Amino acid sequence: MSDKIKNIDGITKESTEALIAETLSVYPEKAKKKRAPHLGANDQASGSACVKSNKKTVPGVMSARGCAYAGAKGVVWGPIGDMVHVSHGPVGCGWYSWGTRRNLVSGINGVTQFAMQFTSDFQEKDIVYGGDKKLKTLLEEAKGLFPLAKGISVLSECPVGLIGDDINSVAKQSAKELDLPIIPCNCEGFRGVSQSLGHHISNDTIRDYIIETREFAEPSSPYDIALIGDYNIGGDVWAAKSLLEEIGLNVKATWTGDGELDKIAATHQVKLNLIHCYRSMNYMCKVMEEKYGIPWLEFNFFGPTKIRESLRAIAERFDDTIKENVEKVIAKYDPIMQAIIDEYKPRLDGKKVMLLVGGLRPRHTIGAYEDLGMECVGSGYEFAHTDDYDRTAPEMPNATVVYDDPSEYEFEKFVHALKPDLVGSGIKEKYVFQKMGIPFRQMHSWDYSGPYHAYQGFEIFARDVDMAVNSPTWKLVKSPF
Amino acid sequence: MRQIAIYGKGGIGKSTTTQNTVAGLASIGKKVMIVGCDPKADSTRLILHAKAQNTVMDLVRELGTVEDLELEEVMKVGYGDVKCVESGGPEPGVGCAGRGVITAINFLEENGAYTDDLDFVFYDVLGDVVCGGFAMPIREGKAEEIYIVCSGEMMAMYAANNIAKGILKYASSGKVRLGGLICNSRNTDREDELIEALAKRLGTQMIHFVPRDNQVQRAELRRMTVIEYSPEHKQAEEYRTLAQKIADNKMLVVPTPLEMEELEDLLMEFGIMEVDDEENVGKAEAAA
Repeated sequence: MSDKIKNIDGITKESTEALIAETLSVYPEKAKKKRAPHLGANDQASGSACVKSNKKTVPGVMSARGCAYAGAKGVVWGPIGDMVHVSHGPVGCGWYSWGTRRNLVSGINGVTQFAMQFTSDFQEKDIVYGGDKKLKTLLEEAKGLFPLAKGISVLSECPVGLIGDDINSVAKQSAKELDLPIIPCNCEGFRGVSQSLGHHISNDTIRDYIIETREFAEPSSPYDIALIGDYNIGGDVWAAKSLLEEIGLNVKATWTGDGELDKIAATHQVKLNLIHCYRSMNYMCKVMEEKYGIPWLEFNFFGPTKIRESLRAIAERFDDTIKENVEKVIAKYDPIMQAIIDEYKPRLDGKKVMLLVGGLRPRHTIGAYEDLGMECVGSGYEFAHTDDYDRTAPEMPNATVVYDDPSEYEFEKFVHALKPDLVGSGIKEKYVFQKMGIPFRQMHSWDYSGPYHAYQGFEIFARDVDMAVNSPTWKLVKSPF
Repeated sequence: MRQIAIYGKGGIGKSTTTQNTVAGLASIGKKVMIVGCDPKADSTRLILHAKAQNTVMDLVRELGTVEDLELEEVMKVGYGDVKCVESGGPEPGVGCAGRGVITAINFLEENGAYTDDLDFVFYDVLGDVVCGGFAMPIREGKAEEIYIVCSGEMMAMYAANNIAKGILKYASSGKVRLGGLICNSRNTDREDELIEALAKRLGTQMIHFVPRDNQVQRAELRRMTVIEYSPEHKQAEEYRTLAQKIADNKMLVVPTPLEMEELEDLLMEFGIMEVDDEENVGKAEAAA
């Protein structure tokens, strides 16, 4: 981490606070009072959060947040490739979360390289009479249709929690009858304020039903680690894993991108947990630390500067062999990375970016933009907590605007005022900003590209950012806004 | 820790019986928590001498989310160090009372309300198990012991039998068992014999016959249990006896609920229904 204070020309604490005040001025009194603590000017030196977070969204504003079910199904469970994931409830939740997150799976094309998805497709009668029997039948059918599945997750949608079906008891009974792990996850969408609670509930479910139920087949070594909180978006896990292997570590399990149930279940045997997405998986890292004494380390594989820092921090946890390997690897990739920077930086230098993503990337990707000469002039999260904003403060330039669960109006307003050269956010924001004539990249799905993690990913990231910012399209369109 | 759920027909006296029994247990040195699982939230008032307790759902409504709630805000301590929590829930006709029960019990679990020093947890549940939410207290890992409060009135027995059917469903997949019927007397004819007979048919016991006594109402007017209001009164002794019987009870069974016809036969046997009733079904008084 650098302890230097970065400043941006034209951005001061006063200018940011004035922008926030002006943005809030259109709100009714109550909404203004509620939103004010969620917007702030970064105090880089403080290293602590400048906004309040993880609170209920203010009614009436358009939020980008998802629900607990989305956090469970889309983030934690969906990427596990050798399981059937059951969206238990009416069909919509299962349909709209069906293979939409680009969490890739390795395997035989068309046979094992995708996670299997079911929905129980609740009808009126299932609400009135309960869906337990239907679930039991579904589980039998799922096993019959997908004999290669190593287990089944049952993810509750809202109505299941309302009518009080006991999916835990059905799962337990069917697991015995079918001789297959069946994992019930009570992640009804109405629980909590955002998808964040879905992550937490899913972590607790892994703790209660999965961890320590398997052992690794191979003998253990001092270099056994698990890669936690990487969901293999566009192949991120593969890029990160091969780099970790290159420095001599054994990546025994990946959570949960390209994940395998048996390996996740045996992760209590690793020596160190390396965690990328802190927000969604810190819970299980803490459980494994307390219960099995496994230390954990946060790292950042976006952009060569952060990769270098992270590799050295990882090396500190191991012997000289790894330390030497790390230096060799850095020496090997530095010139390759420099060549990428030499190619793209001249076209990106001094360009400004604003971010609004989920719970990690608004801070973790800043270094990668900076490697390309860009500046982050505003950042915020959909569902981060205070500890995420604490970690954000040192990464963001001083006095820049930080926004927690911003409404679409607030985000638009900030973008209007700060005129970034690139906005990085999600599909819901993409066309709003493109219509404003502002280059945009989806930072949840990597906009159908990726990987962006590790050395392999940086080249693609640099190319994509350049492609967005310097596309000649923007000279041809004139925005009316 | 033994977790016990009390069920029974609406208005039968579940809350009164539960609180007096719990007070009885407390008076013999047991540590007890009551979890009221009824949106009316009147399961703890006699222990707390309070009109109404702040319920879990009241505070959730105020704060917006259950995550912001602290255990101390909803758990009050009353007579005999009995810990009291009410799930609360919506007024009749709106929202989902069953989910209120689920939310409240999940909250208590996640926030460490079930401490090791507790000897008993009592769930006082809404009269009719109308949805899965009201079965929450008897899910796996929660109450494994159920007592049904009933009386010699036909509808109370009918409800008791229906509850036994529900228990049977849960007993077949889990550990929940029926501990007995508590007869809260309405002074009907041969009431004790009738409930004894019903209990036998259900495969269980009448664990205690609580006689009707207005002392209970006099104590309630002061929002107290009889145990606290007049510990020397004979009615207090009845509740202490019931408490001791529950504490000592080893007879936990999977119930054998009756078919409707069997239940009617039983009622005929005790003269509550006339033998020739069947012919007169649907006939007006003048015609019959």
